[in-house]
Amino acid sequence: MAIMSNNMLGLIFANLHDETVPDLTKKRTMGSVPFGARYRLIDFPLSNMVNSGITTVGVITKSNYQSLLDHLGSGDEWDLSRKTGGLGLLPPYGQVGGGLYRGRLEALHGVENYISSSNAEYVLMTDCNVIVNMDFNHILEYHIEKEADITIVYGRGNYTAAQMRTKTAFGFDPDGRINDVLIYPNKEGEFDTSMNMYILKRDFLMDLITETASRNLYSFEVDIIQHRREEYKIYGYKYNGYYEQIDGFLSYFAANMALMSVERRSILFPQRRPIYTKVRDEAPAKYGIESDVCNSLVADGCVIEGKVENCVLFRGVKIGKGAMVKNCILMQDTEIGEKCEMNYVITDKNVLVGSYRSLFGTEDYPVFVGKGANV
Amino acid sequence: MYHVKKECVAMILAGGQGSRLYALTQDMAKPAVPYGGKYRLIDFPLSNCVNSGFDTVGILTQYQPLVLNEYIGNGHPWGLDRVHGGVHVLAPYESASGKSWYTGTANAIYQNISFIDRYNPDFVAILAGDHIYKMDYSKMLQAHKQNKADATIAVLEVPWHEASRFGIMTADENGVITEFAEKPKEPKSNLASMGVYIYSWQTLKRYLIANENDKDAKKDFGGNIIPDMLKDGCKMIAYHFNGYWKDVGTIDSLWEANMDLLNPNIPLDLHDHNWRVYARNPVMPPHYAGENSFIENSMIAEGCNIEGRVDFSVLFAGVTIEKGATVRDSIIMPNTVIKSNAVIEYALVGEGCVIGENVRVGERPEAIEDKESWGVAVIGHGIDIAPNEVIKPKAMISENK
Repeated sequence: MAIMSNNMLGLIFANLHDETVPDLTKKRTMGSVPFGARYRLIDFPLSNMVNSGITTVGVITKSNYQSLLDHLGSGDEWDLSRKTGGLGLLPPYGQVGGGLYRGRLEALHGVENYISSSNAEYVLMTDCNVIVNMDFNHILEYHIEKEADITIVYGRGNYTAAQMRTKTAFGFDPDGRINDVLIYPNKEGEFDTSMNMYILKRDFLMDLITETASRNLYSFEVDIIQHRREEYKIYGYKYNGYYEQIDGFLSYFAANMALMSVERRSILFPQRRPIYTKVRDEAPAKYGIESDVCNSLVADGCVIEGKVENCVLFRGVKIGKGAMVKNCILMQDTEIGEKCEMNYVITDKNVLVGSYRSLFGTEDYPVFVGKGANV
Repeated sequence: MYHVKKECVAMILAGGQGSRLYALTQDMAKPAVPYGGKYRLIDFPLSNCVNSGFDTVGILTQYQPLVLNEYIGNGHPWGLDRVHGGVHVLAPYESASGKSWYTGTANAIYQNISFIDRYNPDFVAILAGDHIYKMDYSKMLQAHKQNKADATIAVLEVPWHEASRFGIMTADENGVITEFAEKPKEPKSNLASMGVYIYSWQTLKRYLIANENDKDAKKDFGGNIIPDMLKDGCKMIAYHFNGYWKDVGTIDSLWEANMDLLNPNIPLDLHDHNWRVYARNPVMPPHYAGENSFIENSMIAEGCNIEGRVDFSVLFAGVTIEKGATVRDSIIMPNTVIKSNAVIEYALVGEGCVIGENVRVGERPEAIEDKESWGVAVIGHGIDIAPNEVIKPKAMISENK
């Protein structure tokens, strides 16, 4: 990593895309949605920033952010509890004139003071709906090389019309400069879609914020990327590596299940670039005498006495004797009673399923059981 | 600097070499030995301190302190990075009077009188750094205060036939200790000292100084301090402890203590949220039980990848068990790789080892005729075993094979 990483200020939008998984974000932000047996979605952008040498990160929230604050604490698990910089939590109404924002630009306007007090040269902005392990220095290098005003990270993939209703797609000129922007196009096909990661100069961003606020513009995608693509040099940086983007309940389910692949796990969780998360001080998982577990991810604190197949078990999950649990995502402290049968079920935190109960969803429609429910 | 007064300062003795664990304590002191899938032995007294409300802790190190120092760090994993108090690693040092190495447990505390005095405590808890148990020291302190004792010593009833391995207390019906014998041949009682003491600090300090000035005295608690205090009529109370307690001095007892975690009848519950045992957590993804894995009656930490068979075993963070490999009745320490078709039985495998394909380590006792030659096989930290090697039961491997 040759580049002056501390030249970047990180900004994470924790609440954007909440609407794509409404069940999961009923009581939390997109950033605090549990993922992969022990993580929250924000762990990925946050760890990527830290692993890229960024030591000042602001987290912009809007609503339901108590679980997020609880998760992040002082930021020490990410090594962001620092004398200079470190983790900054930026809830709405944090400064005069700030309030509930309508879009990314307005959110940025609400934290204008935080951005202006930094002395970083660049700002890296990301959302929480992408699961990836990425070195942001490569994007900065590209941004500088292209002398771009804004660089946006994108990936190429085949999507259904439903998926494309939540995505922004780009067209490029031969140099990689964006010359077409389709927002939520609602048609299927192969597209270059935004990963919602942006790099731009801090001074440039400050000017944009002030100017657009005075014109009552609030959408970064529409008012800047789409309407000003001719005025500004906006470049796309193609990310060719593995990543998952959450655009709905099914993709959330699929992204969790994708972790069963050794190869994908080694890409997402390499030893040298770990994904950090809040520590919960649980004992290692315990397998009972009649346990039978295969193709599953299991976090610390689990106690398994039944049969588990193709499942993601978060910390402190208990599976009773004789239970048969298949294709499920069971979040923190879910307890499954004896002889239960479950297939294609997602339980939120602290769900209790009594003995001898059966719950069945299907591959294209997993059942969701809300936080704290008692089945 | 101004130091806030603390009612009780805890001093953890962590200088022990643990020479009978030989291959596992070549590069680390005994309190740093890994245990229970994610812990090191010192996590137990440290977590007990924190859960008992003791927030000022000195850790006395001497033998191979690097691993332990790094592990303790600023004490953050135990919540002991405090503005006032917190955890302090106290290595022996050279002073104007030239003293240096700790020559015994009492001498170690003596050399750190100035550390303790900074907090002006009424009481000092002296704790062993290498025992496995969950104990609320605050209740013991309360008893100490109620009894207006000079010293309170935690004791455990042990089977009579084992009593001669311990420091044995004889106490009257009120719990007042009348006699103390270190490893007596013919024990008069089965109350064994757990190595957990609470002293009234000013009294202890007097005895430490006197002990230090007596050229002929042994410089440890069992040898002189306790007998001297008894002789002088100090009020010493035996405090009964009924829970799980284990001193893992030998390979067998370390193996057993790990296996105890798999036994539902043994009262050491690490999943108890009301008495968490804290540890420095590795940063690793959840563990993965593969398509063909078979895991039964085991404890598995995060970061493991299991494609083989694991039965009655404890796997630490980041262990890989390849396809066709079998691990049975064994303990595998962090980041070790067991290659395909290797068979590990009744073994303790250290940190960061690579056990090659088709290797055989250890043996079940049933499979051996000469029971004398049977024992738990041990592979030291960072050892590579070449494919097809056979490591016999009771072997202690500390060099690559």
